[in-house]
Amino acid sequence: MKPPDFSAACPLPISQYPHVLMAHGGGGKLMHRLLEDVFGKAFANPILDTRHDSAQFNVPPGKLAMTTDSYVVRPIFFPGGDIGSMAIHGTVNDLAMSGARPLYLTSAFIIEEGLPMETLWRVVCSMRDAAKKCGVQIVTGDTKVVDKGKGDGLFINTAGIGVIEHEQKILPQNVQPGDAVIVSGDLGRHGMAIMAVREGLQFESAIESDSAPVHEVVLELIKSGIEIHCLRDLTRGGLASALNEIAEAAGVKIAVEEKLIPVREDVHAACEMLGLDPLHVANEGRFVAFVAANDAERALKILRADTVSSQAAIIGKVAEKSAPLVTLRSAIGASRILDMPSGEQLPRIC
Amino acid sequence: MKFLDEYRDGDLAQKLAAEIHRVTTQPWTIMEVCGGQTHAIVKFGIDELLPKHITLIHGPGCPVCVTPLEVIDQALEIAAQPEVIFTSFGDMLRVPGSTTDLLSVKAKGGDVRIVYSPLDAVKLAAENPLREVVFFGVGFETTAPATAMAVYQAAQKKLTNFSLLISHVLVPPAIEALMSSPNCRVQGFLAAGHVCAVMGYEEYFPLAKKYRVPIVVTGFEPLDILHGILLTVQQLESGRAEVENQYARAVSRAGNQPAQDLIKKVFTVVPRKWRGIGEIPQSGLGLGAAYAAFDAAKKFKLTDHRVEEPAECIAGLILQGLKKPHECPAFGTRCTPEHPFGATMVSSEGACAAYYRYRRHEFTNAK
Repeated sequence: MKPPDFSAACPLPISQYPHVLMAHGGGGKLMHRLLEDVFGKAFANPILDTRHDSAQFNVPPGKLAMTTDSYVVRPIFFPGGDIGSMAIHGTVNDLAMSGARPLYLTSAFIIEEGLPMETLWRVVCSMRDAAKKCGVQIVTGDTKVVDKGKGDGLFINTAGIGVIEHEQKILPQNVQPGDAVIVSGDLGRHGMAIMAVREGLQFESAIESDSAPVHEVVLELIKSGIEIHCLRDLTRGGLASALNEIAEAAGVKIAVEEKLIPVREDVHAACEMLGLDPLHVANEGRFVAFVAANDAERALKILRADTVSSQAAIIGKVAEKSAPLVTLRSAIGASRILDMPSGEQLPRIC
Repeated sequence: MKFLDEYRDGDLAQKLAAEIHRVTTQPWTIMEVCGGQTHAIVKFGIDELLPKHITLIHGPGCPVCVTPLEVIDQALEIAAQPEVIFTSFGDMLRVPGSTTDLLSVKAKGGDVRIVYSPLDAVKLAAENPLREVVFFGVGFETTAPATAMAVYQAAQKKLTNFSLLISHVLVPPAIEALMSSPNCRVQGFLAAGHVCAVMGYEEYFPLAKKYRVPIVVTGFEPLDILHGILLTVQQLESGRAEVENQYARAVSRAGNQPAQDLIKKVFTVVPRKWRGIGEIPQSGLGLGAAYAAFDAAKKFKLTDHRVEEPAECIAGLILQGLKKPHECPAFGTRCTPEHPFGATMVSSEGACAAYYRYRRHEFTNAK
């Protein structure tokens, strides 16, 4: 396959500098060119364009939500996304979990010396496109270059600010007995997509990451007056970790049913093969919602109308105030603990 | 999922359970040999569907758990050497040696890599001629053919930088050791389906006869296990002690002949120490004379470690079915998957890990 031609789109004279050098982080002319021609050009907006040390902006009335996240995914490009789009989606989704409308993001790059300039440009373009799609602006940033061998190609940190324009209290402590537990779609796709590429596992069809922004559908739930008690995105540790964290923070028992939890067949098969539990596997475009029981069906309808959450499902409920516990009713009808994964998930022997 | 969901059907499970209730007239104690079956039993709650007086006890069929402490220590010693790429199945990385584990060796700079097949390790050796690639060959008859194939291919390719730290074990000698112990209370066995897919089940006939014990070759899905238990109870109730095959969709009487041939070609049967149990005669596979050059223990001139297990860990009793995990005073308090005393708490086939992960809320001494 012919390598994609990025030179036409890349504004740096890459024939001169096809790779990132230490000097690109050194504070001199090369760094200036990199900031101006790559980041400045791709992320251009009036706030960033002032080129000040800090971004200045007005915020609409309401409470603010703020979050930060670092992205170290390997490989940088994977089926269904890349580190750039993920760095936007992840931070936008963290804001959305407060029911906030995301406004402004920062972006900080730690680049390993020798990274192909084309790779950087592809990632930056992907961030630009994702930010545009999410309706957020990247208003300030930072770039560091580290010695070869001291990084893993590229790390990105993004922080975000959003505005909360509603009166609902969306936080774990607000979870109540009787609440419906809803997941926004099928689980485990991001983690298995990454694992398949990283470990060179081949399945009949490539599993694509679910990386996607979910803020619009969350805002739609709020606008429709759904009584949301808590939202949590299902990233590392998957559904199992999120439910356990919430059970602990809220002091409740949560009971879910295995057969109601959507997991795609190829993801299920890959997990079975490797001895992994799809409920422990990471997602990048999925969340769990704790919703007042009366609103559950209406919430489900709203979620299913949006493409990012078309596979949403009610998977269980909050049983009672109690010592924190998450239980799962198995396919054959017996009940067991759904535990947080212990450390990294390791494939089994046989 | 096809070929899986049909073996997890809730209605059929209830029907099988009802049939087990119907045929059971007295208490019986049945051992599932394989740790994979233990996890399925605890994960799906299969034991909850059984009559109260049927006791399932969990057997030694967890390769990670029975790998001796001194072999883990040897692995840690080899993996820490700068010229080595140490390859292993993922399961082994968290198993505690006497001072540390492979994940910690990796964190300190050891080149420790998870592979999904021993053949990947051979490939690594071919690609890295200046490094020593060592594969940690553990497991029962299930993984032995793949390890044998790796050694065979490495020999064909004349690779001199590939070797094997080997601790392969065999199921029938372990059953024999359990049955000949005076403390044994096992009345029937569910034999491990995947082991029999390779080896067939002819070697179980003498055991069933000698110890008057039913042995049912059983699969790993909930309906397989319930069906295996039903067949075992039916035998016990009618006074039979036969070898039966529940897992016929994967297992034939003679097993997989090419796989067995390869095992015979590369390996030789040796006495082997089992962690927590002790040495069992003729219970392991070692490299045959023609392949001795691939023995990492010799290549790295490892001394014979003599180490003691943590005094408080009762993994040995658990592996022999003499105790259940929650009967250990440290279970879920001082011993957890994050701070394990023994391998049974970290392996994905370990009984302690299964009880901790799925059932600990039922036991008062666990957090």
